[in-house]
Amino acid sequence: MTFAEDTSPYMSSLYAAARRMTRNDADAEDLLQETFLKAYRGYGGFKEGTNLKAWLYRILTNSYINRYRAKQRRPDETDLEDVEDFYLYRRLGGAESSVLGRSAEDEVLDSITDEQVRDALDSLPDTFRMAVVLADVEGFSYKEIAEILDVPIGTVMSRLHRGRRALQKALYEYAVERGITSPKPAEVVDVES
Amino acid sequence: MPKPTCEESLAQIYLFLDGELDDDTRTSIELHLEHCSPCVAAFGLEMELRALVSRCCREPVPQELRDRIAAALHEMGRSGSSEDVG
Repeated sequence: MTFAEDTSPYMSSLYAAARRMTRNDADAEDLLQETFLKAYRGYGGFKEGTNLKAWLYRILTNSYINRYRAKQRRPDETDLEDVEDFYLYRRLGGAESSVLGRSAEDEVLDSITDEQVRDALDSLPDTFRMAVVLADVEGFSYKEIAEILDVPIGTVMSRLHRGRRALQKALYEYAVERGITSPKPAEVVDVES
Repeated sequence: MPKPTCEESLAQIYLFLDGELDDDTRTSIELHLEHCSPCVAAFGLEMELRALVSRCCREPVPQELRDRIAAALHEMGRSGSSEDVG
């Protein structure tokens, strides 16, 4: 198998991740190209039978951090306010909608477009967005994410939990904006925590 | 973990959904979910949200970009990989 045969199955995933990292199509294209060229150069050192996908994502992530993150004016890690857990469930879980037979949750979830999910992801600060993309879009394990981002597993878990909660809040706010649901006080449904 | 409470189950919701629990703990939470509909609802909502995120971002690589990358790799292969193309 050649480099191209081994790696081209991952190109669309890497492209999707590059787009979410850079939030800019032109940069995403450059980042993807840079990643493949670096991977090609380093392929001789890649140990066959180990995790090629994670290895490629490590190159993508490092390239992003080194080249693009510095030049973007973005909120940093400390800019994520704490959002309570089960944000959506507390507001929608179990509540009935105005349409017979459907739950309020169904209405909200069905109304969310792919574009809104991407926008909600893009609204997260880098470090949280990257963790959520790696886990929920790409399906990496905590250990793999820790290796890709070069942080401890505990940090991965913390970023995922906070990032996912912030994502829920952003999605809920889109639904409220569009009148799909009306703003509710928290804990309409009791969640023991 | 013997018979987790709702609080204990919900506290581990992400570990559960991320497949990061050991078999015994996961099984004990599954058993809890079998008879607890509020927890099932909370777990179900988180799973649906994850499915939304998983689906949102799949975009095909433009052919022009694929071609450009293939050409750049070909060039590197021909001329040796010593020059910095980054």
